[in-house]
Order: sequence, then structure tokens, then C-alpha cells
Amino acid sequence: MEATLTLNDFLLISGILFSVGLLGVLIRRNIIVIFMCLELMLSAANLTLVAFSRFDTGNGHPNYHGQVLLFFIITVSAAEVAVGLAVMVALFRSRKTTDVSQINSMKF
Amino acid sequence: MDTNCLAWILLLLPIVVAGAIMLGLKRWPQLSALLATGSALITLVIALTLACPEYRDGSIKSFPWIQLGEGQDAFRVNIGFNLDLLSRGMLLIVTAIGFLVHLFSLEYMKDDNGQSRYFAGLALFMFSMTGIVLADNFVMMFIFWELVGVSSYILIGHWYQKDAAADAAKKAFLTNRVGDVGFMIGILLVWVLTKSIYFHEIEAAVGGVANRHLLDVAVLCIFCGAIGKSAQLPLHVWLPDAMEGPTPVSALIHAATMVAAGVFMLARISVLITASGMAAEVIVWIGAITALFSALIALQQNDIKRILAYSTLSQLGYMIMAQGIDNGGDAGMFNLYTHAFFKALLFLGAGAVILACHHEQDIWKMGGLRRKMPITFYSFFLGTAALIAVPFTSGFWSKEAILDAAHHAGQTGPYWIGLIVALLTPFYMTRLFVVAFLGKSRSGDAKDAVEVKAVMWVPLVILAFMAVFSAYGLIANPLQALGHAELDHFHLNQTSLLSLCGLIVGAGLAFWLYQGKSEEPLNGAFFKLSRNKFYVDEMYAHLIGIIQDDFAALIAFLDRYVLQPVLVRLPAFTSMAVGNLLRRFQVGNLQIYALYMSAAAVLLILFFIF
Repeated sequence: MEATLTLNDFLLISGILFSVGLLGVLIRRNIIVIFMCLELMLSAANLTLVAFSRFDTGNGHPNYHGQVLLFFIITVSAAEVAVGLAVMVALFRSRKTTDVSQINSMKF
Repeated sequence: MDTNCLAWILLLLPIVVAGAIMLGLKRWPQLSALLATGSALITLVIALTLACPEYRDGSIKSFPWIQLGEGQDAFRVNIGFNLDLLSRGMLLIVTAIGFLVHLFSLEYMKDDNGQSRYFAGLALFMFSMTGIVLADNFVMMFIFWELVGVSSYILIGHWYQKDAAADAAKKAFLTNRVGDVGFMIGILLVWVLTKSIYFHEIEAAVGGVANRHLLDVAVLCIFCGAIGKSAQLPLHVWLPDAMEGPTPVSALIHAATMVAAGVFMLARISVLITASGMAAEVIVWIGAITALFSALIALQQNDIKRILAYSTLSQLGYMIMAQGIDNGGDAGMFNLYTHAFFKALLFLGAGAVILACHHEQDIWKMGGLRRKMPITFYSFFLGTAALIAVPFTSGFWSKEAILDAAHHAGQTGPYWIGLIVALLTPFYMTRLFVVAFLGKSRSGDAKDAVEVKAVMWVPLVILAFMAVFSAYGLIANPLQALGHAELDHFHLNQTSLLSLCGLIVGAGLAFWLYQGKSEEPLNGAFFKLSRNKFYVDEMYAHLIGIIQDDFAALIAFLDRYVLQPVLVRLPAFTSMAVGNLLRRFQVGNLQIYALYMSAAAVLLILFFIF
């Protein structure tokens, strides 16, 4: 049995995570679930970043640039989630529903 | 001051005065009137000075205006002057009669509301007319030709609140413009043939023109301008209507000067006319037929000014006829000068009578003016005598000159037409004189008539003197202006005998028919035709109506079936269709929008990577 993991494996996982997240955004009706799937897409991107960082080695150590960037991304995503939740609360207050398919007043 | 200075002042002073009046002096009519009259006087003095020997040959600096191209072959249009015998003579006529008309207008237009505007118009006219006379090239002449038309429009429409006056002004200008189209084409053709627009150069180059047919056409086209300006058939319709303007305007413009511009122009290009026989023939016949036609209409008109207008048309016919005859050009210009004097006199006299009879213009409502307005009466009598060519008046010499020239050149048709008109003219003028002046007063206005003021009758007397004596050496020679008619030789030849017969028969018949009558005795089908001006105006209106209707129908068809579907409905339809299509993308569903975005992102990535 092959014990070592290659870059491709991590990228595969990342891709599957991203697709699931995308599908969730497109299909689910509850706005909070959509947001969770959005976060899932973000995590997939983070995973890709770390994978590249781990496997891009020079003189034995990984390339730490990727991991440092990762910290910044997590911080930014936390802020973005705060804003997004605020928007959701405002939306709920105005429409009294969390069902996205009910928000269609801009339909022709 | 040298010739150059004087000539430019002569041209530019009136326009400066006109500008000053319109821009600042409209509230002071008396001042405007005096200013305009003063400028007319100054131009007259300058014209007299320029006729003196020491100024005669001075050189004039041209004002370069347009220049296309470089060097020798450049096309140049200069504003320059031509001070030859023809110009100087015409200049004297224009300024002299202009000044007398200004003087007359001081009193005639005294109570008019638009007095400033009137004198500005007169000044503009003086500027334009002197421009035509002094022009040394076709383009400059054309510019001033149009300016004269504009001045005529302004002055005819002076009382523009009256519909008839506004319509008459419009008609005059439009009819002139029709002639001017031909004039422009003629100028272009002459330029093509002789490579020049300057009169002296054209004269030199005429001999070398190869394409004679094109030269004929060119001269005919140029003649179109004269047909319009000098009111020949078929463009004569504007002149009788132009009598809606104030009477001094009729005297100056429509009797003495503007309408004579056509004759002057033909005299200017006499070399071209002699070179093209066909055009000369046409000119002679049109002149003769106009003379006859308008004399026939004048027989039955009842408005004093209209009779004089048709008489002007008739005399213009004579002059144009003379211009077309070999060696007749001098006789034509001679007639122009004498006619200017006695026609202006007749119009101003008519103005005096109209004013005295409280703006009454119908001759059947006048009468008995002999004792009431003696000065006017006698000067009008002298004017009439000159017009009908009573022996030894100036009109006699000039008419003889034309008929003689026609006879010597072998133009029998026009010659006999001229003699017939020489019978009709005394008839209608005697009719006018007998009905308007003699007999008993036929209306209250005529009974109250009083002689006009000195400012008005002094010009009349001066003009009466000129009407009788202007043909004689004492006045003609120092001016060197009048033609070479054989003044002091009175040949008792066939021409003079026949025209004398015409005079006696015409005048006698009219006197016998109209003496003591108080309404028109002649009533027949022919006279009704004559009274209605042979229905020419009605024919034109009908013709224009037909053409306009057809053209309008064509345009309507094009608009409804070609332009509307293609230019209006098609874009509208396209916009609506595209809009409908794009509208369906706006689903209002958040997740569909997210789908669009992700699909676009995928496509972009594909596009950039692969």
C-alpha cells in the first residue's frame, strides 16, 4: 500500500469540496445553508493553498509563504462572515423569511 | 482727394448711413431722414466730380477678396471698380434721381411710423445700385444684383402689416431669384468659356471662343437675370404688384434704376451679345413682345400707379429690344437715361396726386386737378409728353433712336411691334392724363386737393426740366454720358413719320374717348382680358399648384411606404424584440444569478487557459 500522499490527492479533495460547496450554493433554499456552503468553497480554496505550500519544497522545508497567506485569508473570511450575517439579519427583518426562492420581486 | 478715394466713398457712404440708422438712430426719424438725404447728396456730388476730366482716368485700387490657388493662374475675385463712360453715366442717373427721391420722401413719408426704416432701406438700395454700376467683374455684379433685390424686398414690404404688401415683396424677390438662377449658370458658363470673370478680360477673350453654341446658351442664361430684374415676359408679374410700396420707392427702384439694371448689365456685356446671334435674336423678340403685351394691359388699368407700372414694363421692353439689336446698345442706354428722368417724374407726380387726394389711387376718383395743383399738373404733363415721344422732348429722341436702329438692322417684326406700341403708349397715357387731371373732380377727396409743399414740387420741376431737355447737347455733352444719338439732325424719314402718326392717332383717340367721361366707356371681351392682366398671374398660380400637388403626392408616397417602414418601424421592432429576449434573463431568483456568475467564471477560465 502506498503510504505517501501526492499533491494531486490534496487537489482532488479540494476540488470535490469546492464542487459540493458550489452545488450547495446553487441548490439549497435556506440562506444560512447557502452561506455555509460558501464557507465550504472558501475552505476548499484554503486547502489548495496549504497543499501547494506543503509540496513546494526547497532545501527540505515547505514554502511557508502559502501558510502565512492562509492566516490572512482566514482572518478576512471571519470579517466577511460577520458582514454577511448582518446582511442576512436585515434581509430576514425585511422579508420575514429565510427562503431564498421567496425573494423574487425583481422578476420581470 | 483722388479718384480712388472718391469712388470708395461713393460706394460705402450709403451703407454706413444705413447701418447707423438701423443700429442707433431708429428713434430719431427726422435725423435719419436728413442723414440719408445728405448721403445721397454727397454721392451725387461725387458722381458729378468723377465725370470731370481730371478725375476721369484715375486708377482705382481693388480690394482683393477671394483668391483660390497661387500665382498667375489663381482665381481671383476682387471688389473693384470700372469707371468707364457707361458707369459714369449710369452713376449720374442713379445718384441724381436717388437724391431727388430722397428729397421728395422727406415730405411724403413725414407721417409714417417706419420713417427711419424706410430711409435705411433707401440708403441700402443706393449702396447696392452703385455697386452694380461700378462692378468690374461678374461675381461682384451678382452680389450687388442680389443686394438690390433684397433692398427692393425691404422697400416694397415697407408697410408689411398690409398683406398685399408683404405678398408683393415676397413675389418680387422670388421672381427675381428665378431669373438669378439662370444668371448664375450664365456666369459660370462664361467663366468656363473665357477663363475670366472680369469684364475687360471677357471682352478681349470673346473672339477666341470656339464653342459658339455654348456661348449662345451662356448669353441666354445671363439674359435670364435681366428677364427677372427688368421684368420681361414671362417674369414680369412682380412689377405691377410692387406698386404696393411707397410711391417714391416705385419712382426710384421700379422706374428709374433697379429695373434698368438689367438693361445696364446687357450693355456691359454687349460684346458678348454681338458675338452670339441667336441670343441677340431672342433678346430682341422678348423685349418687343413684353413691350406690346404690357402696353395692351395698360390700356384698361384703373390704378394710377399700375398704369405707370405697365408703362415702365413697356418701355423696358423697348430698351431690352434695343440691347439685342446690332448697334442698338447705345440707343438702349440713351432711352434708359431719358426714361429714368421722365418715369421718375411721372411716379413722383403720381405720388403728389395720391397724397393730395388722401391716398386715393383710382383715376376714376380723381379729376379736376388742373387748377388745384398747377405745378404738379404741368410737370406731369411734360413727363407724359416725354413718355409718349412728343417731338423735341428727350423721350422723342430716344424712342426714335431705338426704332431707327431696329429699322437699320433689318428687324422688321420688332420694328413694327415698336411702332404699334408707339401708338398704344400715347393712348393709355392720354387716358390717364385726361381722366386723372382734367374734367371735374369726381370725388370729395379730389375736390379737397391742394398743391403739395415745395420739398415735393422742386424735384418735380427739376425732373420735368430734365425730361424735356436732357437729350440736348447743353446737358448731355458735358456729362459725356448719353449715347451717340443724332440729336440735332432731325431726319424726316419713315420711322419718324410713322411714330408721329401713332402719337397723333393714339392721343387723339384717347382724348376723344375719355374727355368728360366719369366711368370707363370701353367694354368688350378684349378689354376685359386686358383689365385682368390676361390672367397671367392666375395661370402661374394654377401651374404652381399642379406642380406642388404632384411633388407633394410623390413625397407622401415615399414617406409612407419607403421611409416609414425602413427607418421608423424596423428599428422600433428590433429594439422591442431584443428587449423581450433579454428580459427573460431577469428571473429575480438569487440562485439562478449565482449560476450565471459561476458559468461565466468557468467560461472565462476556459477561455484564458486554453
